[in-house]
Amino acid sequence: MKTSTLPDAPRAGRLRKWVLWIALILVIGWSFTGMPLLQIKDNAVEVAGAMFSGLIHPDWGYVWTGDGEDLVSTLLQTIAIAFIGTFISAIISLPFAFWAANTKHKNWLVSRSGKIILTAIRTFPEIVLALMFIKAVGPGAFAGVLAVGVHSVGMLAKLFSEAIENMDGGAGESVTAAGGNRLDVTMLASFPQLLPEFVSNTLYRFELAIRSASILGIIGAGGIGTPLIFAISARAWNRVGIILLGIILMVTLVDYVSGAIRKRLV
Amino acid sequence: MAELPKKPFAWQKWVLGVVMVVGLIISAQATGTNLPMFFQNFGQFTIIFQQMLSPDWSYTAYVVDPLIETIKMAILGTTIGSVLAFPYALLVARNIVTNRWVVGIFRFILNVIRTIPDLLLAAIFVAIVGIGPVAGVITLAIFTFGMVGKLFYEAVETIDEGPIEAIKAAGAGKLEIIRFAVIPQVSNYFVSYVLYAFEINVRASTVLGYLGAGGIGVFLQRALSQFRYDRVGLMVLVIFVVVLVIDYVSGKLREALI
Repeated sequence: MKTSTLPDAPRAGRLRKWVLWIALILVIGWSFTGMPLLQIKDNAVEVAGAMFSGLIHPDWGYVWTGDGEDLVSTLLQTIAIAFIGTFISAIISLPFAFWAANTKHKNWLVSRSGKIILTAIRTFPEIVLALMFIKAVGPGAFAGVLAVGVHSVGMLAKLFSEAIENMDGGAGESVTAAGGNRLDVTMLASFPQLLPEFVSNTLYRFELAIRSASILGIIGAGGIGTPLIFAISARAWNRVGIILLGIILMVTLVDYVSGAIRKRLV
Repeated sequence: MAELPKKPFAWQKWVLGVVMVVGLIISAQATGTNLPMFFQNFGQFTIIFQQMLSPDWSYTAYVVDPLIETIKMAILGTTIGSVLAFPYALLVARNIVTNRWVVGIFRFILNVIRTIPDLLLAAIFVAIVGIGPVAGVITLAIFTFGMVGKLFYEAVETIDEGPIEAIKAAGAGKLEIIRFAVIPQVSNYFVSYVLYAFEINVRASTVLGYLGAGGIGVFLQRALSQFRYDRVGLMVLVIFVVVLVIDYVSGKLREALI
């Protein structure tokens, strides 16, 4: 009896894949060299245990003390930093988005240069930016607002420009065909198409800004990060526990609300 | 004359608008936002920026080693996180594991992990395992786990059920179903998500050192605390180049592996 076998995969492609996988494994192996993986602190287990017990027994007294330094106040401040920072960045993003969008009315060099600038903004570390703003306006939440506002432009303008690129040109042509001028095209065709997309992108960026805003306090730019880093360096694990719970709850809540709004928009 | 139908009163838009304005006013107060003050002090900002624009090229030799350490951290973190995320994503995919409680609980854990910002994880792991790249690797591994796990289980849930039914009918067990009906459909997605995570990790790993978690961030922090903005400028430039190169390599790898 003849058994049927499956046909082999094409040889050349298979060989190339094998070489790539082996190279990848070698690179991963190389990455382990020089990593002091066994040199962790002697009391690591002890600290981890203390931290875990702090998470289980959070410092409930810190939730609300009324002096403006408690959990609820700093969490609200964190949300405020993300909110106003994202708002500022949405406004700055608009001109950048039209600059970087690769549409057919425009020289590709123009949009290319815009895209490169946006990549540069995205790569510029947010912490460094925040420290520069702290130099300019002093430590506090305002520096955080500026850092979020400028850093977010890199990503938000990119998303906006993609929305502009993907816009359906048909509606604009219809307005022109019905005798509309350029302003009519913008107001009646482009704007209604782009607005939901822009709002959705901004909300998505807001979700990420909440995460940034909650760590910028580590370097003194306001929000929940400041009490967190103090609690960690004082080894007050009960307080670290309640702050972590607060951050997780805040991020989950914001993600949920923002996600629900985005679902209805698109 | 025919008239256009009237638009219904868009009260939702008005509510949203009012919420936005009130939110902005409250936020501006809560954060002490004072844009005129910023423009007054804009000179300070430009001074720093100008110093950064004349990078200290002589420092290049010193940043090569920490830069390599940063890339190693990103590679290890991505690898460890992805290896853990693979089985976990199958565990929380509704079409693989049908027990609603198991899926619900493990998905909840994944969502909680995803809410914690990367630098915050770094601060915690520096406190636990001590200053050094190990804290960075653990941070990136957890961060990758959350990201790849979520993207991957969503991909697994969208697969075609046909092959599963077919080999189930031929008498295959759970592991065989996963091996021959699920993985061939999703392995390309997985590779793509891992590379995406790697790109993000390279960006993230450059600042983790700021909190003591190894890599070039340690040097960034040192230069910043010494107000050596020429060195900061150099490092920002070097990071930019590395990120561009890594994005390019990762794009090529994606084409080659898929």
